Parts: sequence; structure tokens; C-alpha cells
Amino acid sequence: MKPRPMTVNRFLNQRPIAIGLYLAIIGVICWSSYTGAQQMGYNWQWYQVPKYLFTFTDDGFQWGEIAVGLVATIWLSAISFILATLLGLLVALLRLSGLVMGTVVSVGFLELIRNIPLLVLLYLFYYVLGPVFGFDRWTASVLTLAVFHAALISEIFRAGINAVPKGQWEAANSIGMTRAQAYRWIVLPQSVRFMLPPLTGEMVALIKSSAIVSVIAVAELTTVGRNIISDTFMSFEIWFTVAAVYLVITLILSFGVSRLEKRYAVNQ
Amino acid sequence: MTGEIIIEAEKLDKFFGKFKALDNVSLTVRQGERMVVCGPSGSGKSTLIRCFNGLEFHDSGLLTVEGVELYEGSPDIRALRQNVGMVFQQFNLFPHLTVLENLTIGPMKVRKLSRDEAEATALKYLDRVHIPEQATKYPAQLSGGQQQRVAIARSLCMEPRVMLFDEPTSALDPEMIGEVLDVMVELAGTGMTMVVVTHEMGFARKVADTMVFMEQGRIVETAPPDVFFTNPASARLRLFLDQILEH
Repeated sequence: MKPRPMTVNRFLNQRPIAIGLYLAIIGVICWSSYTGAQQMGYNWQWYQVPKYLFTFTDDGFQWGEIAVGLVATIWLSAISFILATLLGLLVALLRLSGLVMGTVVSVGFLELIRNIPLLVLLYLFYYVLGPVFGFDRWTASVLTLAVFHAALISEIFRAGINAVPKGQWEAANSIGMTRAQAYRWIVLPQSVRFMLPPLTGEMVALIKSSAIVSVIAVAELTTVGRNIISDTFMSFEIWFTVAAVYLVITLILSFGVSRLEKRYAVNQ
Repeated sequence: MTGEIIIEAEKLDKFFGKFKALDNVSLTVRQGERMVVCGPSGSGKSTLIRCFNGLEFHDSGLLTVEGVELYEGSPDIRALRQNVGMVFQQFNLFPHLTVLENLTIGPMKVRKLSRDEAEATALKYLDRVHIPEQATKYPAQLSGGQQQRVAIARSLCMEPRVMLFDEPTSALDPEMIGEVLDVMVELAGTGMTMVVVTHEMGFARKVADTMVFMEQGRIVETAPPDVFFTNPASARLRLFLDQILEH
């Protein structure tokens, strides 16, 4: 048997060469940022960073500013996500209601929100609607995030509901269920399976876009990072840390949901 | 048949776009009658029985089921559907519920029975379709024949007065057709009013009181089975029977 010819792909896919290449790329990135920082005379102070995460002194254990900011981010994201989910479900059901008014309202909402930048939406809520309806920056942030992501979530719901075969509706109807009962007991429970992966993606997107509320100085992770930097000028270390914290929570979230998905898959 | 009239259709027409699915269809189903509807595909058989429980609506004509007039938007439609069971070609079991839950969800949510009552009914009918041991499984864990028997039991749990079957064995592997037909024959033995769309002529001969042959949305011939099979009036039916009985 003739040995298969060594193509470029096969050469690059050999394990030692692939690992070597990967390390080389990472190395170049680290080295160039390090030398870049050296050239501008940057004074690395990584040893300063841990105290912003937590301190352990004679007074006992205390969370640092970044940890407090993280908790605020999680709260902000969680409340916004719950609101966004409820609003998204409402918009999706309106869209699927078969009513002309429902379609007009939901499509109008969707197009409006999808075509305004998130930052502008935030300014609208904070500088325009805020004074008019008298809510503070925290509420403005929650509403902005909720409304913005509700538009995308409604599309996820719509797709998930449409993915349930028509025969399920017919079976539910033929045993005399109302539309609401069919949704509640038959269709929505089955849609969850289709909706979990994209909903997780949306939750991750929401956590990331929550950083934008730092422009109206809501005290969450990104704002905290900015404040620390304006006190200490450690912009490299703090931004690296903040990015890592975002990365860790979104990865944990994705991992948790993929476990959940497996359980749903086993159940059916 | 002389029983009380359960379904009465008068001159039903039904269009899907420009396609005429039902063309001037009239028929009567009486209490206890077993009617088998056959015909080539696209002849309107399924559309006809789907009209009987409001999954489709006729465009003109008059349809009365259990004395209630059925039309698009008629207010009594849900009450009526509880009295009209439907078994689908694709089973349409609820995949996220166990067999027992498939059977109890209708009685509990629609008929507002307690869980105990609903489960007692469910077990009674699971027994009737010969799979009481599968109660805790999910539909995907059952064979096609078992799934279709669960679907029959699910309809029976609503205690309907008439059962509609839309090609109940067409999606089954050949070796599973028998077990489903057996259950249907037994059901016929209990006096249930049944309208069955099927190509299973052996079953039809065994249980049917009335045979209906449809083509191109029209009823071509209606006759008792002995006449229908041995002495069909129309040339079209003779051709159809030759084709399906030869094999």
C-alpha cells in the first residue's frame, strides 16, 4: 500500500506541529504586548490587583471592589434577562397570534429596537424617558437592556414555538384544549429544548452588553474597573482582569446550560 | 343502520386555494356505525374526517356533529372535540410526557378530573390496548405500534362518543399493523361509533357497516361491505379494488 501523500493540511494537523504553532502564535501576542508596554515604559503592578478582588487581613475576609462590581453586573443582568424573557415571550405570542394588530405591533417593536444602537437606546431611556417618567439610572439601565434583548429573545421564542410540529397542536386541539392550554402544557415545554442554546447565547450577550451602562455611571464591573484605573493608572492590569472576570462568568454560564441541555435530551 | 344520527354532512365543499378537496360531499354516520372511507391519495378522505372535529373547516354546505353545527369560529367547538376522538397517522403523542401523562393530561386539564380519577381511567384504557406495563415510559421508547395504541388510548380517555381514525396504520412497519388493527377491531366490538380512513381492506371487511369510496373530493360509492367488495357499481371502484387487493 502506498503511503498517502503529505498535503499541507495533513502536515499542519500533526499534533506536535499544531501545538507548536498554537504556542508560537500566543507567544508572539504576549511578547509583542510585553515589549510594547516596555517601550512605552509601562510599570507593571500585578501584585496590586488581588486586593481589588478580595482581601484577607486582620479584619477578616473582605470582597474587593471588582467583586462588588461583579455582583452588581450579575444582578443587573439577571433582572434585565428575566424582564427581557417575559417581554420577549409576549412579543412572540403577539406575533404568532394571527391577529393583524399583533403582527404589526410586534414587527414594529422588533424593527425599531433592532435598528437603534444600544448606546443610543440607553441615552433615550436615561436622558429622555428617565426625566419624563422619573426613574433613576439603575432603572434606565435595566429597562434598556431588557427592551433591547427582548427583541432578539422574541425571535428565539418564535423560532422555538414554530419548531414544534403542527401535529402537536392538532393533537392538543383534538382533546379539547384551548389555545392557552396547548401552549402551556404541550407546545412551550417542547420548545424549551430548541430555545435553550440560543437563549444562553443571548444571556451571554446581555452580560457583555451590560458593560455599556458604565457610560451613565451605574456602579457595575466595568465602571468599577474604570474608577480603579483613574485612581491607580494600572490600566493594563485592571482591563485584563475585568475581561477575565467577564470571560469566566460567561464560560461558567455556557457550561452550566450545556449540562442542562443534556438532561433535557435524555428525558425525551 | 337506524341509530341516532351522530354526524351529518350535507353538500360539503372545501378548497385549498384553487384545489377542490371536497366536492359536494354528503353522508350520515349513526350511533354505533362503523364507516370505512377509502380511495386513492389526494381524494379528500383525510380532509373529510378532519372536518368532523374542526381541524379543517368546510367552505360551504352544512355539517352537524352530535346535533351541533360545525363551522369556522363556532363557539361549541371545544366541547364538541371532547366527544370526538381523533387518531392520527403520525400518532402525535406528546414526546415530553410519559405514556401515563399523555393519557391523563386531557382529562385533567380539559375535563378537570382529579389526578387519581384520570390515572384510573388511563390505566383502564392502557389495559384495553394491551400495554399497561409501558405507563412510565416516554413515547420515543416505544415501537410504532405501541405508540399508536397509546394514541388510541389517549383519545378514549376523553370518553368520546365517536372515534375518527386518519390512516392509523400507514406510518407503521408491516409487522406492527396487526396489533393496532386488533385493538381497533376490539373497540368496534364495544359498540363505539367509528369513522376510519384506511387501505386495510381486511379490517374493513371485518368491522365495517358502511364502505365509502372517494375520488377527487367526491363520494363515488357508498355501500355495505358485501356489495362493495363483490359487486361494485362503478368502474372506478372496481379498478381501485383490483389494484389494492391484487397484492
